[in-house]
Amino acid sequence: MNPPSNQNPVAMKISSCLLFALLIPLAQAQQLAPDVLVKSITEEVVAILKKDKDIQAGDSKKAADLIETKIVPHFDFIRMTRIAMGRSWRDASPEQQKQLAAEFKTLLVRTYSTALSNYRDQQIDYKPLRAKPEDAEVTVRSDVKPSGSSQPVSIDYEMEKTPNGWKVYDVKVGGVSLVTTYRDTFASEVRERGVDGLIKSLAAKNRQGEHTRSGKT
Amino acid sequence: MAGANRLCVALLLAGTLAGCATSGGNPADPLEPLNRAVFSFNDAADKAVIKPVARAYRAVLPGIIRTGVSNFFSNLEDVWISVNDVLQGKFQQGVDDFGRVLFNSTFGIAGIFDFASELGLQKHNEDFGQTLGSWGVGSGAYLVLPILGPSTIRDGFGLLLDTRADLVFYIDGVPVHNSLYATRAIGNRANLLDASSVIEQAALDKYAFVRDAWLQRRRNLVYDGNPPREREEPDDEPTK
Repeated sequence: MNPPSNQNPVAMKISSCLLFALLIPLAQAQQLAPDVLVKSITEEVVAILKKDKDIQAGDSKKAADLIETKIVPHFDFIRMTRIAMGRSWRDASPEQQKQLAAEFKTLLVRTYSTALSNYRDQQIDYKPLRAKPEDAEVTVRSDVKPSGSSQPVSIDYEMEKTPNGWKVYDVKVGGVSLVTTYRDTFASEVRERGVDGLIKSLAAKNRQGEHTRSGKT
Repeated sequence: MAGANRLCVALLLAGTLAGCATSGGNPADPLEPLNRAVFSFNDAADKAVIKPVARAYRAVLPGIIRTGVSNFFSNLEDVWISVNDVLQGKFQQGVDDFGRVLFNSTFGIAGIFDFASELGLQKHNEDFGQTLGSWGVGSGAYLVLPILGPSTIRDGFGLLLDTRADLVFYIDGVPVHNSLYATRAIGNRANLLDASSVIEQAALDKYAFVRDAWLQRRRNLVYDGNPPREREEPDDEPTK
């Protein structure tokens, strides 16, 4: 008279929990709405930052690792590099494009980790997403209120829909685009020293970043 | 009006130099060689004096005092901000910002506490350069001012009026108002210490990075956070 085991409520609960546990990583990458994705990643990273005394003390290496695992997978660095390069992108060979994107990524990750190690208690508010379900590009808007100052700073994420979920291709802080701010620098570098010259400058900048870092800590 | 005359002379000088300047590429920056020179001067002054003092200021004073100091100056600024709101036709915002002044000057003890923000009266960022922008005045050439830093021809003229409308300017006694200017400048620089370390890390060419970021920031402020979209990508196909 006993019900078969697959109807045992406890077993059912466990198996459905397992199923959910398996589904969540997939769902995070592919199905989350862009604003939900940004919010969940930010909350996760902020929670880690609040606990991590090393990053708070300025350990940029650790901050960079955090960014590499939690944030980088959600960015489209090829597109970011393409925007920053403007017309010169077409003049670069596929191999040069790959190098450019890799160096630019390193530079952006470094920059972001410097910013993160400055993180203090800040309140982040997300604005309602204004987008139609069929939109392939959206802007996720948020306001960050730094402690002690009354004026919030806007942080907007420009996002695109890809088969691997929503990806960020630009971040605007107070209306300043992280990507287009590099455009003139890249253009004049390419004009004066060619695409290879730009790759060299980026690589040199990234090495210099390493040095000042090891010098500081 | 000595300051105004000096600025006019500087602008005139800038205009004549522009004729023989070779542009580095950004059409918004025809005065690049002159600007770069002023920028390196500012950078040197910052490294040698301003930044170390700001660091010391931040190290010595507890956060709550520093916040009080910046709130005090911020409250004085709100008066002129509310005038600019009205000049731009943003009447509700003008009423709100004037309400901030009334509230913070009394309950906030001369502006030391910013209770208005906690009540939901948010602080706004306005100045006369933005007002000119909202009236349709173009920004004109990018201009790096000595010590004051990035500006444009339009915002430079805006700044002339801003300094005349600055309440600190009317406080009697040159030593008093000079030390208030200095305190405000150091406080502002201290608030930017983290941001400037990010710029150092980010920029390949600090001059161009600051210029391009600053021009975008001003454009964003003129449009109150919603500038019309600019074309972001060249007309090429994405390369896979």
